[in-house]
Amino acid sequence: MSETLLAAQNVTKQFPGVLANDDVSIRLRPGRILALLGENGAGKSTLVNILFGMYRPDSGQVVIKDETVDLHGPDDAISRGIGMVHQHFQLVPPMRVVENIVLGDEPTKRGLVDLDEARNRVVELSRRYGLEIDPDALVEDLPVGMQQRVEILKALYRNADVLILDEPTGVLTPQEADHLLGVLRELTETGLGIVFITHKLREVLAIADDIVVLRNGRVVGETTPSQTSESGLAEMMVGRSVMLQVEKSISDPGDVVLKIDELEVNDDRGQIALDGLSFEVRAGEILGVAGVEGNGQRELVEAITGLRNPSVGVMQIDGEELTSGSPRQITKKGVAHIPEDREKHGVVAVYTVAENSVLNRYHRRPFSIRGILRRDVILGHAQDVVDEFDVRTPSVSVPASSLSGGNKQKLIVGREFSDEIKLLVAAQPTRGIDIGAIEFIHRRILEQRDKGTAVLLVSAELDEILGLSDRIAVLYDGKIMDVIDARDADREKIGLLMAGITD
Amino acid sequence: MGEVMKPQQRQLLYAGLAVMLVIIWLFYSANGPQTTAVLAGTVRAATLLALGAMCGMIGERSGVVNIGIEGQFLLSAFAAFTIASMTGSLFMGTLAGIGMGLMMGWMLAAMAVGLKVDQIIAGTVLNIAALGLTSFFYDRSRSLGMGKYTNIDLGPLADIPLVGTVFFSRPPLTYLTMALLFVVHIALFRSVWGMRTRAIGEHPGAADTVGIDVLRLRYLNVTLAGGLAGLGGSYLALEAVGTFSRAMSGGRGFLALAVMIFGRRTPFGAYAAALFFGFTTALQNQFQLNNTFDIPPQFVGMLPFVVTIIVVALSGLVGSMRDPAALGQNYEKG
Repeated sequence: MSETLLAAQNVTKQFPGVLANDDVSIRLRPGRILALLGENGAGKSTLVNILFGMYRPDSGQVVIKDETVDLHGPDDAISRGIGMVHQHFQLVPPMRVVENIVLGDEPTKRGLVDLDEARNRVVELSRRYGLEIDPDALVEDLPVGMQQRVEILKALYRNADVLILDEPTGVLTPQEADHLLGVLRELTETGLGIVFITHKLREVLAIADDIVVLRNGRVVGETTPSQTSESGLAEMMVGRSVMLQVEKSISDPGDVVLKIDELEVNDDRGQIALDGLSFEVRAGEILGVAGVEGNGQRELVEAITGLRNPSVGVMQIDGEELTSGSPRQITKKGVAHIPEDREKHGVVAVYTVAENSVLNRYHRRPFSIRGILRRDVILGHAQDVVDEFDVRTPSVSVPASSLSGGNKQKLIVGREFSDEIKLLVAAQPTRGIDIGAIEFIHRRILEQRDKGTAVLLVSAELDEILGLSDRIAVLYDGKIMDVIDARDADREKIGLLMAGITD
Repeated sequence: MGEVMKPQQRQLLYAGLAVMLVIIWLFYSANGPQTTAVLAGTVRAATLLALGAMCGMIGERSGVVNIGIEGQFLLSAFAAFTIASMTGSLFMGTLAGIGMGLMMGWMLAAMAVGLKVDQIIAGTVLNIAALGLTSFFYDRSRSLGMGKYTNIDLGPLADIPLVGTVFFSRPPLTYLTMALLFVVHIALFRSVWGMRTRAIGEHPGAADTVGIDVLRLRYLNVTLAGGLAGLGGSYLALEAVGTFSRAMSGGRGFLALAVMIFGRRTPFGAYAAALFFGFTTALQNQFQLNNTFDIPPQFVGMLPFVVTIIVVALSGLVGSMRDPAALGQNYEKG
């Protein structure tokens, strides 16, 4: 067995305006798990895309099994035994498991796809690695954990001896994630090497043999779990010491601000997404909604903010019924919204920072009078938001598209918080932004709470929910499994609820 | 293997078929010659629609909408007719029609796949170009000296009453089309090519990551599918009508898209749908011949199109069929 399974040697990759990888070297040995840790934009994805042949490095080499190679595309990497499990699954939903696994490398008999042979191979493979799966199930009918298994089998079917997994636990419950880590550990016993990309410190410590930390495209640290800790890793990632947990006082809930009663909401396909939901959020408290994505979170947020009409049920905001209120009516009532997808619903990319800073209020005084925008008032307001919320931008007149994700998010938060608000609906408020900005936004959300705002926090990051919430509602399959006081919450218990298990 | 059909849908299908057979038998007992004529007309109209639908479904299964079938029919019919008339060979004319179809498919691919032009606009370009070119170069004095393709009796099969005349005493391109139904079905649902084609129409990114060249396969498929529409053009000029006239495709390229959707983007589904639409066309012809209704013929002529609107609207209500997920979207690597 070769000493080096997969390595990048002094890899540099420049994109317009960004040095994505700057003289990066990593090395994976057989039977080991290498964790690549770094914030969004640190260059992890670029690096693995180079290793997988999607991009070509400007300089430096890729080494596979002690041999310097020149990869021209993913098929080059695949034929050399590199398998990749993408963050967004690369599966064809209406096709069967077996078809998905063999796609691109199909066994044939008399010129036609030999599905029987394919099925045999898949069954044999899943037995050998202990990854049981129904080969004839349609991928679209499988839960995400199973879809991920299909992705892993897809790589193994192509005789991968290196598996690259890009943020594989993001869509899993804590238990599913633990199970995956166990599966990966077993796979390494056959000599497979694994590159594991994540931003979750806990997982890195739990599974990695070697850890490489990237920051701004450079390797800033190489370590092993025994030599470091969560705070040590966080410091390496960010370059300064960070508070992983924001301090918060005990909440002092007031009157009910948001009241949801037996709400039923359909998803885009007309299927029931929220099935008779009831809960309340009081002034001065944070209700965290935990759950694996796709269990109705998006529909819940859209229903509350007026972007989607419930089919049944009642929603009251501050005592007024607004079940099918328009977004504007609801905003006017003092509801702030930090949307899940900031690019799509948070900012208008081609508008300037200043224009974006008044998207929720441009039609009102003092920003416009009789339908005419008042430019200087808007610019002044934008400058205040930028200063107060630490939005790093050369000026308020550049398009929002030129801002980084974290700065866009701070701009959105600044816009939403600069008015008197009664209810804050924050959906994945810190997704994909750097730890510094996460800390900042968390502190601002807590400030709002302490000012008496009712906060509904929807997040797929369990740590975020646990760190901020006063009460935690666990959403599964469109229903609330339970609402727990945050002081009694533990990962184990919430994880089971997220999987729909109630003892 | 094809698409999975729910048991209720299957039962509904069989029930519908049984009812239809009974009705046909009743009509045949009452008026044999006219029933035979209507059904033969049904198959005649269905052939063109089936070819257009197959052209459309290969494109759509790969993720490319082809609304240029109308133009592909028309220009191919023109090429087929002109070459047949010049060479005196129906066979050469047919080849010319197919060749023109391939060329127009290639043009659509070049625009919609290569240059990433909006697919609807690219298809519209074909339609406008075909109408303009054929109207400009149309030569009224040309004709097919040797006449059009004639019926070939398939031995004793042709002697079966009704069924024999309707299905087994047809001209050659009709038989070819029926054979192509099997070929396209097996290719789409059993071959490596078909599996990859369906994959690039549903999730091109997934296909790309396993080393399938999405753009190349789309290019190939849209071009090849054009050949089917080209055969349709040849059929129209050399077998169905026997001459060329201005705008002779008469909206059937669009009707073929309705047929394709109604047939759930499967060849046999499309053929069933094509027979249904063909039946409305044939019935309309018969009504006009018999002067059944005392209203201007234009109104009777509307029948197939009115039925199209009703059926397409209804099919949305009955079993909604999902489009390929990547339909109409250009694929950007990366």
